[in-house]
Amino acid sequence: MHGFEKKGQRMVALCMLGCLLFNFPVLALFNVPATFLGVPVLYAYIFVAWGLLIALMARVAEKRD
Amino acid sequence: MLQGWVVVATSFAYLGLLFAIAYYADRRADAGRSLIANPYIYALSLAVYATAWTFYGSVGRAASDGVGFLPIYIGPTLMIALWWVVMRKILRISKEHRITSLADFIASRYGKSALLGGVVTVIAVIGIVPYISLQLKAVSNSFTIVLQYPAIVMPAKVGAVPVLQDTALWVALSLALFTILFGTRHLYSAEHHEGMVAAIAFESLVKLLAFVAVGVFVTYGVYGGFGDVFARAAADPELRPLLTPLEGVAGGYASWAWLTILSMLAIMFLPRQFQVTVIENTDEKHLNKAIWLFPLYMLAINLFVLPIAFGGRLHFPGGVVDADTFVLTIPMAERQELLALLVFVGGLSAATGMVIVETIALSTMVCNDFLMPVLLRMKSLRLNERTDLTGLLLGIRRGAILLILLLGYLYFRLAGEAYALVSIGLISFAAVAQFAPAALGGIFWKGGTRRGALAGLAAGFAIWSYTLLLPALARSGWLPIGLLEQGPFGVALLRPLQLFGLSGLDQITHAMLWSMIANLGAYVLVSLSGPQSAEEHRQASLFVDVFRRSPEAGGARFWRGTASATDLHNLLARFLGVAAADEAFREYAQRKGLLWPAQALDADAEFVHHVETQLAGAIGASSARIMVASAVKEEALTLEEVRKIVDEASQVVMYSHRLEQKSRELEAASTELRAANEQLKELDRLKDDFLSTVTHELRTPLTSIRAFSEILARDPKVDLEQRRRFLGIIAKETERLTRLINQVLDLAKVESGRADWSETAVDLREVIDDTVGAMSQVFKERNVRLELQLPAKVPPVTGDLDRIIQVMLNLLSNAVKFCDPQHGRIGVTLAEQGSALRVEVCDNGPGVLPGDEKIIFDKFVQAGDTLTDKPQGSGLGLYICRHIVEHHGGRIWVQRAPDGEGACFMFTLPIERSAVETKTKRRRHGEESADR
Repeated sequence: MHGFEKKGQRMVALCMLGCLLFNFPVLALFNVPATFLGVPVLYAYIFVAWGLLIALMARVAEKRD
Repeated sequence: MLQGWVVVATSFAYLGLLFAIAYYADRRADAGRSLIANPYIYALSLAVYATAWTFYGSVGRAASDGVGFLPIYIGPTLMIALWWVVMRKILRISKEHRITSLADFIASRYGKSALLGGVVTVIAVIGIVPYISLQLKAVSNSFTIVLQYPAIVMPAKVGAVPVLQDTALWVALSLALFTILFGTRHLYSAEHHEGMVAAIAFESLVKLLAFVAVGVFVTYGVYGGFGDVFARAAADPELRPLLTPLEGVAGGYASWAWLTILSMLAIMFLPRQFQVTVIENTDEKHLNKAIWLFPLYMLAINLFVLPIAFGGRLHFPGGVVDADTFVLTIPMAERQELLALLVFVGGLSAATGMVIVETIALSTMVCNDFLMPVLLRMKSLRLNERTDLTGLLLGIRRGAILLILLLGYLYFRLAGEAYALVSIGLISFAAVAQFAPAALGGIFWKGGTRRGALAGLAAGFAIWSYTLLLPALARSGWLPIGLLEQGPFGVALLRPLQLFGLSGLDQITHAMLWSMIANLGAYVLVSLSGPQSAEEHRQASLFVDVFRRSPEAGGARFWRGTASATDLHNLLARFLGVAAADEAFREYAQRKGLLWPAQALDADAEFVHHVETQLAGAIGASSARIMVASAVKEEALTLEEVRKIVDEASQVVMYSHRLEQKSRELEAASTELRAANEQLKELDRLKDDFLSTVTHELRTPLTSIRAFSEILARDPKVDLEQRRRFLGIIAKETERLTRLINQVLDLAKVESGRADWSETAVDLREVIDDTVGAMSQVFKERNVRLELQLPAKVPPVTGDLDRIIQVMLNLLSNAVKFCDPQHGRIGVTLAEQGSALRVEVCDNGPGVLPGDEKIIFDKFVQAGDTLTDKPQGSGLGLYICRHIVEHHGGRIWVQRAPDGEGACFMFTLPIERSAVETKTKRRRHGEESADR
């Protein structure tokens, strides 16, 4: 039961992190007309941040209690 | 090769393959080796979220909005992070209550209200039909386009094609057939549709493969990689604004945020998502994998959307080709027939997957939560008198599937042209988002009432209809367009797209804002203002506290009345068939340890509850409630009684939690005690060993003293030389005795903490000089070579000089004892090490056995193998040394000598900080002090 609660809290924290990463102030920082390795910064940022978030979710979700 | 017959044959071959997979999975399930009880299949089946809308529409939206399509996939990723908290709860509740659909879930939560279930069903059907028509539109469009190969011609207005030649109709009918065959094989809706899920998982693979294939082709085949596509887009003045698309667009970030929220809710409450996530779930643990696999799937399928969108716009300038078709038209324009066919099949799989699951989910709702409660209440139908209703139930479900698909087709024929793919999908998303307050509120807030849920749903749905459905109808020409421009009766404040004068938002943001305010507001306000019925209160506590209850303390406690097992059996048999009813009875009897039908079952509360749950799994909670109430005599519980039962239950849970905690504490305490006991036993054994060692050590010198003194006493003729030798031995042995006794006394002092410690500044160099000097005779006797490495001057340490000398003497005499008997060599080194002085005493003896490095500093432990070797000493010296060094704040340890043989004992003593000036006190150290 204890481990369950901890896992739930971590998951909620990840959701909040995602809301932060994919919303106004942070998103605006990357909304610039520049490119990163030939890809516009905004697109590169969204996909990289998305991938990282999924990796973190995998780590937390697959952790044994 | 893209002739009409090839495309048609491929389509049917693909559908045939789906049939085969579904058939195989059903066979496997019947044989008890389920194919879908596996987290990977589960995660893939969730990808039914990606429909033809994703497959064709994402590119369409990206071509006009840039990243604007992404919130629809990022939203679900964020929501899924919450699944561990939210979805696990919904899963547990649904398993316990045998929930059959989303409508059933909401109705069941609010006191098994048939009215609420009906309202949810109506909203779902109205909201989802356009979405189904969207899939039909996508399939028929892609079919028409592929047929024109190699020309690229956009499909004409649908109205131009006669109904019977319309591909969409045939698609709708074949999908209806497929869904009926595999979606209604079993009556029992709470059971899994194994075949269907396996087919859906396969479809998810196909559409991903097709989309990635076309993405790779466009990015790397047509263009020179991501950088090339984006560089060319940046060079095009029309496309450049799309590269930083969140700027300038009216309400760019607000619309992004609302789309995210909208899709967060859609992933939970789209009927098909609820179906695959909740109803078809075989094991809660599958969530662990799905939580990251499904978002990963969405990431993968979106990776190539932007290159395709930009590639398409560069490829077909001037907007002659609809961006929704780029996925298909680029391969066609590049003469890639096989790829175009693969894309067509991918789009087909995306569309069919969605349509199949959605119609199954909707038909279950329509049957269980809309038609059955109505039919069962209509006395004139005399349904209560019919003995077998299974045929009727299946008939209703099959009819509903056909009806829903035909409705979808009708919408496609009548209104499908006015909107791009994405807009239709978002209208449906906004409709199902209306379920969120009632459903989410229902599992976390016990105060939500049936009236509140009804009011919230009605208000939200009304606003949705007014701000999204009405404009859709007006734009399709069904209502005067003036309604949008001037507002009803010319009232500008009520314009559906700028309700109450709110402008500057896009249509979806505007509609979501108002409908959510209305929905949530009505739900909370009405819930707070009215009372809850007993049934509602009980369901609320069963739902909200699902994790805090022991399984056996379920719904059964809330029932009082009389029933007969025969009536209940008849009831079950009428809806499930006799075989299934027998099975349900047997299962219950087995749980009770009885043999049914040989032993009669007692129709008590628990049994009635069991029957009702079984029935709910087939016809939904509200219909089941009606049927059970009609078959047994019930006493209604008052709200007070229900409250009491709930309170009692929660108290019992609290007590049992406390009890658990106490017993855990007790267990910990007893473990500690056991460990302490073990330690005591060990100490006791050591004490015995010690006593025998010490007595043995004491007896050896005593024996020789006695022997020699007896010789001297009895025989006066012993010559002088002899006498002197004997007396020498006696003196030496006495010395040994004294030393031993001193050590035992020392030990007693050190152990009891009664030792007196004096504090003076001590010069370690002098200590070493003195002790080495004192032992020089011994070194000479044993033929030991001594190597000293002492710095000229070292800072003093604070401590008890006598004790430090004792340590030094002990280490030196140990070194003498163990060093090589022929070529003994002892090295003594003194060095500064940080804020401490370090002394090393190394010998070239056998060294300390690996693993013994720690324990030799323990009491009574002797170096070497005590079983075979004769012990050389009492085993107290090092223990006392450790005690002294640690008392001075230093550390003592042993390691292998640097040259690999012998042992190096080292100890450190902290340098005195302040008083460096203090004159070192030289004291004579007596023979009595240490282990030499």
